[in-house]
Order: sequence, then structure tokens, then C-alpha cells
Amino acid sequence: MTVTPDQVESPGRLRGVGSLGRYVLLRFLLIFPTVLILVSMVFVVMRVAGDPITASMGGRLTAEQLEQRLTEAGYNRPILVQYLDYLGDLARGDFGRTTDNQAITEVLITYGTATLELAVYAGLLAMLIGIPLGRFAAYHRDRASDAVFRVLAILAYATPVFFAGLLLKLVFSVWLGWLPLGGRASTQTQISLGTIPGASGLLTVDALRTGRADLIGDVFSHLVLPAVALGLLTAGVFVRLVRTNMISTLSMPYVDAARSRGVRESRLVRTHAYRPALIPIVTVMGMQLALMLGGAILTETTFEWRGLGFELARYLAARDYVAVQGIVALLAVIVALTNFLVDVVAAFIDPRVRY
Amino acid sequence: MATVVQEPRQRRGWTDLPVVWHVRHSAGLQRGMLIAGLVLVLGIVLVAVLAPFLAPYSHAQMSGAAGPFPRHAPPSGEHIWGTTVGGYDVFSRTLWGTRTALLTVLMAVSASLVLGVGLGLVSGFFGGPLDRVLVMLADAVYAFPALLLAIVVSIVISGGQSSYFGGVLSAAIAISVIFIPQFFRVVRAETLQVKAEPFVEAARVFGMPRTRILRRHVLRNTTRSIPLIITLNAAESILTLAALGFLGFGIDPTAAAEWGYDLNRAVADTSSGIWWTGVFPGSAIVLLVLGVTLVGESLTDISDPRLRRRRHRGRKKA
Repeated sequence: MTVTPDQVESPGRLRGVGSLGRYVLLRFLLIFPTVLILVSMVFVVMRVAGDPITASMGGRLTAEQLEQRLTEAGYNRPILVQYLDYLGDLARGDFGRTTDNQAITEVLITYGTATLELAVYAGLLAMLIGIPLGRFAAYHRDRASDAVFRVLAILAYATPVFFAGLLLKLVFSVWLGWLPLGGRASTQTQISLGTIPGASGLLTVDALRTGRADLIGDVFSHLVLPAVALGLLTAGVFVRLVRTNMISTLSMPYVDAARSRGVRESRLVRTHAYRPALIPIVTVMGMQLALMLGGAILTETTFEWRGLGFELARYLAARDYVAVQGIVALLAVIVALTNFLVDVVAAFIDPRVRY
Repeated sequence: MATVVQEPRQRRGWTDLPVVWHVRHSAGLQRGMLIAGLVLVLGIVLVAVLAPFLAPYSHAQMSGAAGPFPRHAPPSGEHIWGTTVGGYDVFSRTLWGTRTALLTVLMAVSASLVLGVGLGLVSGFFGGPLDRVLVMLADAVYAFPALLLAIVVSIVISGGQSSYFGGVLSAAIAISVIFIPQFFRVVRAETLQVKAEPFVEAARVFGMPRTRILRRHVLRNTTRSIPLIITLNAAESILTLAALGFLGFGIDPTAAAEWGYDLNRAVADTSSGIWWTGVFPGSAIVLLVLGVTLVGESLTDISDPRLRRRRHRGRKKA
């Protein structure tokens, strides 16, 4: 899982001094074609769907008006010219504007913080639950407790995040009335937090900085359900991953060697098998980001958490395809960068990754 | 030639078929999980097949002999799982939904299977610039949030698709785009390994045409891990279909019953304490994905000699 095909292909090509440096450089250069492919794919697919103006204004304008708007926006130029133009804009960091004339990069900054906040807490929760449980399941493998945890992990995966969210809302907000139904904070809190100097947009951080118990309580009570819904989904993945990897490492010769020297089984699990089993998890965490972004659209829609996913769903519904294309392209860049970082971290931890 | 070598081996019978083989070679908890998964999946398949006999109403029916259905009616004798805000019968829609889900999964997985395996074989076997381009494409697609990709694709193809088959087809295509790279990567990697085996070399020395080597020697030896990917992708595609429906990019609600769409409508119901519109279709998704995943996980474990062997060793010690 950690070794990608291009690494298998050329064994020994980069052997020798400075292999890490060369690996990082090569891996960095690989970002560009990846982003180019994704951005081009999105461009082609969206243009096949038609131009954004006809899509959003279709029935509301006369043929002449439509024609005029198309000419103004340049949508009736040859597709290749439009494509090169688009790439040029992207290279300059211009991801386009929404129909209500907001720059996409601005949308990202405004709503990205909300998504980031949700993803960080969900990720933390997933690690805190998933890694220890996976370790426990590997240690007790093929006993009843292992089976219980595995089925629970599969259940966490099998439950769509919006259904989990629906159930959580039903139980904790409607029936028990303990937690709010949705949103990032109550209106009052949002206003108070917006006025503090140097507001980061991360509501939990801002609330903690004010030190006011009512604000902190309000922000965190809004955070609990979305973070749990998204976190449980990811925790299930972690349990399965940690368990499988630990079981694989536990059957490695060096673990057998340690066992034959009389190292206790619990110590084997704790020290010998645990750390090597974490390496693939670093890689998968990168892929989890992609999954989380997908999950964020669903979670944010379920809880009316006004982040990037919520906005994206809104633009999709409004058929604002310039905005959709811009956000998707921007996400492609973020995903490519994260995967690069993850691969570099994996190469630092595990020399085998650098060939 | 090849038959002479294979003669001493046992004849291949129905017990060598993937899932049957796995059931026979499993034991204890692994077998329990596999069988539980199979029972769940087969049960749901049965429901889908028998839907016309089991469901009291059709998926888009909003009125019966006694006039229009009540809206948001709690479960009762008339509507055992209640009705939705639009007046649909929840029980009927959940039952009919099994058909939509299974049909979409079937089409999505078989499309990505054929394309992914074919491209992976050709790419791995012949190599060259085509291989490099395909690998890069697959890696790029693989790294991207799958759901976003499916949404983008479904925007393009589902434009104006309101028929049952058209809706299912466009959802299936959107989903299969995600999975082609997965089949491609696995089959390509295996092809690279098999290509270097002596028996492929031998066939080449005998002057066997390359397409025949590809079909007879390489393809058959790269199919080992395919059943596992199929089950894992099947689970994933059920979730993707539901997610597409939930976001409003799935199948038109009047054309087919689809659980994701029903859940989308149900989110608004929860705030007024109406649980029956969401809980039933949601549970249906969970059960189906659970069943498929249980099968997939067990197959992975039983096929992986490391995971299987360790079990026996552990047992001796205990």
C-alpha cells in the first residue's frame, strides 16, 4: 500500500548518496503533472456539460442576450483557447469568480477555516479512538473481543456519514435536547467572536482566546456532533488499518526472533510491531484527506456547518459551474500537495520507500 | 503443453470458485463473519427480486384506494413504516430501493472491472509510453476525492436523464470512473510480476502470439485478487450512490426509489422528531454495505496466507 507503481518500476535507479533528496525532488516535480491532469479533466468534463452561463441562466435569457453574455465571458471562443486561458489564470493563482462575484480563493479562505476546524477535530477523534482499538484488536486477534471491534469498525464504515449524523441529531438534539441541531455556533456567539481583534475564523480557537465560558461552551457544543459523525467514519478505517498492519508485522521474522529470545507478547505488540505498523498509516492519512473532503461535503450539509463542503453543495445546487470548477481545481492542488508531504514524511520514516 | 503440466493437479470443480473456496478454507470467527455477510447480501438480493410481491405500493405511489396517502404519517397498519413529507410509503420505497442499489452496483462494478482489468493488462504487459500515461492518469484520479469526481461526472451525464434505466446508468458510470484506476493499478502490478515468470518466457520462446500469451497465461494469473477488489468496490459504490442521491445528483425520485435521496428529505424531518423517514432507508444502506464488507474482509483474510497461517499458529499455542 505504501509502494506506488512508479517506485516498483525503477529499483536501484536512484541508489546511492542523497537518495532522499533526489526522491523528494522527483516527488515534488510529480505534483505538476498530477495537478495538470486533474485540472484538465475537470475542465474537459465541465465543458462537455456545456458553458456555465447557459447552465445557470438557460431559461431566463433570450437567445440574443445569452449570445451576448457568452461573447462577453469568452465562452464561444475555440475550446483550446479557453483551455490555455484557463491554465494561464490558474498559474497566476486566479481560480475564477462565482456568479455572485466572489473570488474562489476568497471563498476558500472564508469557508476553508470552518472545514479545517471540523476535519482537525474529527481526525483527532479518529486517531484517539481508532489506533488504540486497532492495536487492541490485533493483540486479541480472532477472539470474541477482536470480532466485536472489527464488526464495530465495519459498521462505522458501512454507515454513511449523513445517516450517522441524522441518528446523532435525532438522539442528542431532538430527543435528549443536549446539543444544538446544526450550525457552527449560535448567532449571538458568532457575532461576539467576529468582533474580537485578529479573529482566526477557527471558532474554537477564538472562543478559547476570549476565555468566556459561555462562548466556549456554545462553540464546542456545536462542534461535538459533526466531529463525532465524521470522526467515527475515519476511526473505522483506522481500526481496520492498524489491525491488519500490526498482524502483518507481528509475523515478520524479526518479531519471531524477539519472541524466541523470550520477549513477552504484550511487549512485542507494544514496541516491536506497533511502530512499523504506523508507517502505512501515515500514507493512508494522506488519502484520508481526500476521503474527509468528500465526507465533509456530506457532514457539512447534514449539520449546516458552513464550510467549503457546504458552500460547494450550494454552488452545485445553484448550477454555478464556474464556482464548482474553481473549488474542485483548488481542492486538487491541496490534495496533490498533501500527498506530496505525506510521501516525504513516509520516506523520512522508512528508508525503503526511497528505493 | 500447458495441460500436460497441469494434469497432476486436482480437477477444477465448483468448489474452486472464489467464494466457495473461501468458505471451505475458513474456520471459526472468520467463517462466521463470511457466512454472516453472505446471508445478509443474499437476503437483500432476495428482497430485490421479490420486491413486486413484498412491497404493498409502488415506489412513486402517493395515493391508494382510500384517496391520497397522509403526509408524515407515523408507522401504522396501513403504512407499516410510515409515510414521507411527499406522501410516499417508506416501507415500499425502502424495498424498491434494494433494486436500484443492486442494479447500480452491478453495472458500476462490471464496467470498471472490464475497463480496469483490460487497461491494466495491456498497460503492464506492453509497457511503453501508453503505460506511463495511463499510470499517471490513474494516480491522479486515485488521489482525488472520489465523491467530488462522481459528482462532476454525474453532472455531465445525468443532464435530463429522468428514466429509470438512464438514471441508474448515469449513476453507475459516475461511480465506475472512481474504480477503474483501482482495478487498473492492481492488475497492472500483478501483470508486471507474472510477465517475468518463466512460463511466460517459455510461451514466448515457443513462438506463441502475444495476444494469446496475454489471454491464456497472464490474464488467468492476475485474477487472484480481483474478487476482493470487487467486494470492496461494491460496498464503496453503494455508499457513493447514496451520497450522490443525498446531494441531489442521483436518480430522479419519481423514476426510482433511492435511499440517498430519501435520507436527504429525512434530514429536515429530524428536527420535528420524525424518525421513520430516515431510520429505515438508512438502515437498509448500512445492512447492505455491512454484508458486502463482511464478505470482502473475510475473503481478504482467508486469501492472505500471512493472515491465515498466523491464525493456526496462534491456535496451537493457546
